[in-house]
Amino acid sequence: MTDIVTDNAFEMRGIVKRFPGVLANDHIDFSSYVGEVHALLGENGAGKSTLMNVLAGLYRPEAGEIIVGGQRVSFHSPQEAITHGIGMVHQHFMLVASHSVAENMVLGLDRPRFFLNLTQVEEQVAALAEQYSLSVNPRAKIWELSVGEQQRVEVLKMLFRGTKILIMDEPTAVLTPQEVEALFHTLRDMTKGGHTIIFISHKLDEVVAIADRVTVLRRGKVTAAGVTAKGTTKAQLAKLMVGREILFQVEKKDAQPGVMVLKVENVQAENDRGLPALRGITLQVHAGEIVGIAGVAGNGQRELAEVLTGLRKAAGGIMMFGDKVLGPSTKWLELGKQLAHIPEDRAIYGSVPGLSVAENLILKCFQRPPIAAGLAINSKAVHQNAVKLVDQYDIATPTVETPVRMLSGGNLQKLILARETSGHPQLMIAVHPTRGLDVGATEAVHRLLIEQRDAGAAILLISEDLDELISLSDRMAVMYEGQIVGEMTTREANIQTIGLMMAGTKVVA
Amino acid sequence: MKIRGFPYRFRIETRKDNPGWMGLVSSVLGVVLALIVGGFVLRAAGATDPVATYREIFKEGFGTLADWRAGIQALFRNGACQKGLLCFGPISDTLVKASPILLTTLACILAFRMKLWNIGADGQLFLGAWAATGVALFLMPKTTGRPIMLLVMALAGITAGMLYGAIPGFLKAWLNINEIITTLMLNYVAYKWIEYFVVVGPWSIGDFESTGRFPTVATWPRLTEFADRVPILAGLTAHPGILLGIITALLLAWILFRSRWGYQIRVIGDNPKAARYAGINLKWNILLVMMFSGALAGLAGMNEVASMRILTGRLQRGYGFTGVIVAWLARLNPLTAIFVAVLFGGLLVGTQLIQPQGISSMLQGVILFVVIGTELLFRYRVRIEKIEVSTPAVSESPNVD
Repeated sequence: MTDIVTDNAFEMRGIVKRFPGVLANDHIDFSSYVGEVHALLGENGAGKSTLMNVLAGLYRPEAGEIIVGGQRVSFHSPQEAITHGIGMVHQHFMLVASHSVAENMVLGLDRPRFFLNLTQVEEQVAALAEQYSLSVNPRAKIWELSVGEQQRVEVLKMLFRGTKILIMDEPTAVLTPQEVEALFHTLRDMTKGGHTIIFISHKLDEVVAIADRVTVLRRGKVTAAGVTAKGTTKAQLAKLMVGREILFQVEKKDAQPGVMVLKVENVQAENDRGLPALRGITLQVHAGEIVGIAGVAGNGQRELAEVLTGLRKAAGGIMMFGDKVLGPSTKWLELGKQLAHIPEDRAIYGSVPGLSVAENLILKCFQRPPIAAGLAINSKAVHQNAVKLVDQYDIATPTVETPVRMLSGGNLQKLILARETSGHPQLMIAVHPTRGLDVGATEAVHRLLIEQRDAGAAILLISEDLDELISLSDRMAVMYEGQIVGEMTTREANIQTIGLMMAGTKVVA
Repeated sequence: MKIRGFPYRFRIETRKDNPGWMGLVSSVLGVVLALIVGGFVLRAAGATDPVATYREIFKEGFGTLADWRAGIQALFRNGACQKGLLCFGPISDTLVKASPILLTTLACILAFRMKLWNIGADGQLFLGAWAATGVALFLMPKTTGRPIMLLVMALAGITAGMLYGAIPGFLKAWLNINEIITTLMLNYVAYKWIEYFVVVGPWSIGDFESTGRFPTVATWPRLTEFADRVPILAGLTAHPGILLGIITALLLAWILFRSRWGYQIRVIGDNPKAARYAGINLKWNILLVMMFSGALAGLAGMNEVASMRILTGRLQRGYGFTGVIVAWLARLNPLTAIFVAVLFGGLLVGTQLIQPQGISSMLQGVILFVVIGTELLFRYRVRIEKIEVSTPAVSESPNVD
């Protein structure tokens, strides 16, 4: 009947969390002292957010236990986590846009039961804001606030609810450098007041700047548990984050680069929030080679792929595909099969869930014969095409008339690859082509990419998986904050150097 | 969802497998449930026996079995039945009513397939009716041949509906203005537009709130017109409107499932992001689909005035909304829509004499409500699971697992 004796704010022991096809958290132990900033570092998909969603009551772990304040707890909802003093500020804010700051504070709370004294809430909020230098007007409506201010509201909301352990999921991703400074200031004030901060990030500079201790995750496992940030170098952290061993060795011949197929010069573009995402990208890809783009997610890779495939407008610069200029006048529908695109998210961009396998396989070529027959679609050709590709690419599906939402991730990816590569593309943009796939499917995808390269396609491979990049690419470039910060042949690639470049450290070769 | 103090919680999860028969089940269930609910309302409204009322509605809308038998006999042995083919009177009236419903339904199906919620088919129908009337009464000479006249009227109706559909289409595609609001509001504009012309405005005749009668060449030929040659046809109101509807349905089915454009529409409707990824132009397709949807509704308007032979301020409102319901009930399939539209035509004809007047609208509303409700149940699975009682660690032994 005794409390579990610990000086930790919380302890997570042996946490296991599985998603279909992925082991997101593989027996993770994680704990934090009271009053420290503890950074949780790792690449995208390493399992950081999953682990913290478990702590915050959003997910239930399959195994493992959580101890908070000396009590073993089991959360069924975020509310229960909050009653134990644990709150999380998500990347996507959970605020009601048309309500005021103060109204958002009391949202979902049990008290007050009937009469809402908003003035009193406003005063409390103002006091909290004063104490932690989180300047924000309690009466302002959320939609009137900037992203940085909204984040402050989220932090205030957690403080208002009595949170002692605050989890922040990549809080700096949406902030300007000045706002980052202010946020760090607040976080330090909070730790002085006895709060514990868990700071999820993949940016080494920030981690070193703010954290007392660091825990590193890689592929769902802890690679470094609670090392003090002071004595650790960025290079060491980078190594822990990206790993060293090459897991997959792909058999391939030396590349035979041919003519230049894709030429990108000084290309700029904005992200969805209107902030600069590409800041002068220059890049060339030749026929018969794979150029890998390494980088931590959110450094402009997605925007680069979108600009190259016509999904996003470039704000400046030149893009040449062979002798054709890519730009607003490009007829992407007609470019169809010459330019293959394995999109980042196969379910969101790559496929039409309610349409059949056969219909999904013609997405890029329904405008041309033999699929097109005048204004009509030749159903026989659609069927034959599907039967052929399902067999050739080994897509497991009950029938070609099955809606693709019934397919597994690996089979869906094979379907997309079949569609994109069956027309012998000259250029292929592959974005995270093996994300979330099992080993077998990953291998199949890798083999396909090499086959395409050997058949003379120019391939731009964007991936967060360094092992994959190193085993597949002939040349590599590293992207950081919308720029290419380094380029090298894979032979001369050094994983530590790449890791540092990915973390934004300029490396003098 | 959790209810405090209740040891179970409800979880709603998406179903990956929804077999085709589920659609049919939910449609049939919708109708049956609507009839049950409607029964209670009829009871409350004073009907002592709702079942008898339904039987009456069905008889008025589709005729009795005896009627059908007599009618079929009459076809083969002329004069065996006193009424002759008039035994088919109810179904003939129903087909007349079904044709505008079918056309507005097709208008809705086309737009809904792309997840464009055009609920302005009613307004587009009114504008189509207006344009067809204008052409028939004021533009074309009275001596025009009947086929030419009807064709020109149809083209006028189509064009007017098309342009009227283009307004919300443009607003949606280029300015991202919610099409539900715009199409709904444009209905009222269309109602008032017609009212102006036939009640106070230039087209009204004397004290009657209507235009003058159309010349015969501007009206659908009805079966009864041929009674002088084939006496047995006397009294039958059926006209080619329903054929027009059926042909249009076949055409729309071809477009949706066999043509390149239809493929694009279905891709956009299911996943606009994938459509963009494939290079399909979303803006133009939104505009085009709204225009064609409006065109079909406009054709329904032409059909309606060619059938009524007059444009009055009391041109029946609501076909566009009935179209929404029929489209859902038919699971957005143009061929199924033919049968459902006839069913609804029968419902309208059958309830004409029922008091209170709102019965058919009430039944329609309940049907839509239930169909959309059951659709939700088929898309999602509701799981009821027991909540384990969580106890704090202090009260249990520390060596768990």
